[in-house]
Amino acid sequence: MAEKSSIFDMIGPVMIGPSSSHTAGVVRIARAAIRILGSIPTEAVVTFYNSFARTYEGHGSDRAIVAGLLGYAPDDTRIRTAFDHAADAGLKYTFQSVGNASTMHPNTIKLNLYDDRTGHRVEVVGQSRGGGVIRIVEVDGFPSDFSGALHTLIIDANDVPGSIAFIASVIAHDQCNIATMFVSRKGRNDAARQFIEMDSPIKDITLAYLRQLSWVQRITYIPTLD
Amino acid sequence: MSLLFNDFASWGEHCAATGEPLYQPVLAYEIEQKGRTEDEIWTGLQRAYDVMRDAVHEGLTGDMTSRSGMINNGAKKIAASPVTVLSPEFKQLITRALGAKEVNSCMGRVVAAPTAGASGILPGVLVTIQDLHKLSDRQILEGLLVAAGIALIIEQNASLAGAVGGCQAETGSAAAMGSGAIVYCLGGPVEQVFAAVAVTIQCMLGLVCDPVAGLVEVPCVVRNASAAAIAFSSAQIAIAGIDPVIPVDQCVAALGEVGQAMETRYKETALGGLAATKRGKEIEKMVLVQDVNILPDDPDEA
Repeated sequence: MAEKSSIFDMIGPVMIGPSSSHTAGVVRIARAAIRILGSIPTEAVVTFYNSFARTYEGHGSDRAIVAGLLGYAPDDTRIRTAFDHAADAGLKYTFQSVGNASTMHPNTIKLNLYDDRTGHRVEVVGQSRGGGVIRIVEVDGFPSDFSGALHTLIIDANDVPGSIAFIASVIAHDQCNIATMFVSRKGRNDAARQFIEMDSPIKDITLAYLRQLSWVQRITYIPTLD
Repeated sequence: MSLLFNDFASWGEHCAATGEPLYQPVLAYEIEQKGRTEDEIWTGLQRAYDVMRDAVHEGLTGDMTSRSGMINNGAKKIAASPVTVLSPEFKQLITRALGAKEVNSCMGRVVAAPTAGASGILPGVLVTIQDLHKLSDRQILEGLLVAAGIALIIEQNASLAGAVGGCQAETGSAAAMGSGAIVYCLGGPVEQVFAAVAVTIQCMLGLVCDPVAGLVEVPCVVRNASAAAIAFSSAQIAIAGIDPVIPVDQCVAALGEVGQAMETRYKETALGGLAATKRGKEIEKMVLVQDVNILPDDPDEA
């Protein structure tokens, strides 16, 4: 049986209109993506798919995605004027639409982000699934599956035997409960990426320990999203 | 173990057995099921009501022009109209509910209660009842808890989503939350609160979700105003002790049954009803993004 709703799902959420899937969820996809990038980007290419492809202007999803890229929360009244704030923040963006990506969820967005100050680049694909709930389904070509509602770790590591068990055990020693874990790799003994959702935040010292492991390349930590 | 809001009958029995007011088991539910403290809950409710009040104010003072142009400062025009068709209070109710919903359509801040598409109804109803009867915020917040309990039961036994149950599930549920809250706030007994919910569902049953161009504007905005009016008519009927004949839980079951039987084109798809009219289609052409890429057939993608 599905988990019981909160009374604040009935009287809430507080959000910017007009629609939880077209504004609130869209803001949250962008908020997840800038955490993966590590900063507010200077350049963004936004692709709206399927149902979003034709309706993104009418529903204000274009302003919502830009607002999320600037780090605004889903109830921030600046969402309506996000384009003006993007100019001030040095964020350049372009929109494109793909109408018939039949293998993708009806409300899908792809973000190609670049920050010329750090040189970092990231590609994130997210779905807006209604009620402001999102799912990040791809990061840099690696399939993924996380919602941003919990605390998420993205770990790039060599595909060495025992690495998953080792990381899980380190997290367990931090008293963190792993809710979901999703591992994808480009090929056998090739680069692998782990997406780990945890019920509680991880300690800085645990993160530092994981980061210094010789077979770990990069760790991104995304605390729970608004 | 807290009450789980499976139906109205058990909610009523619980209150009869314990002597608790209707809002008390809703509070206990949130504390037990969601681990929130009572303080957090009252603070959250106050924040929600503050946002509702702000939305009413914004709808009557801000520039409410939507990007499509279909929404264009309706609440302000009604307030300024020299003609009062029923009473000044009725006119105020309509401007408040319609205005708060215009805020939603124009990318302003609202409370989805229970959904964004129905976000004008509770603000219109609650601000009006507080104003008319000089109620305290605390009384309104208790009314919000009762409204939340009503929504929890409808969610479980029917639906709150237009895409699942049509407009009756969204504006119908919001109106039922509103009428129950009105009767509660005016001191009506439990059976009259539930009768108000039953009457409202009877009035809203069958309403389809047919938004023009798929936007949350037409007919959503005017329906928020009419749903607020139905909340008041239902409360007036119920508080006089009129028997709704069909018990409230059976009304909720009917809401679910009608929602299931409704064709997909009447469930937020913009394929039927007002969305499929000649003018609706013309507007759709104007507001939809035309520069859309179509991928070539790729055997690997299939």
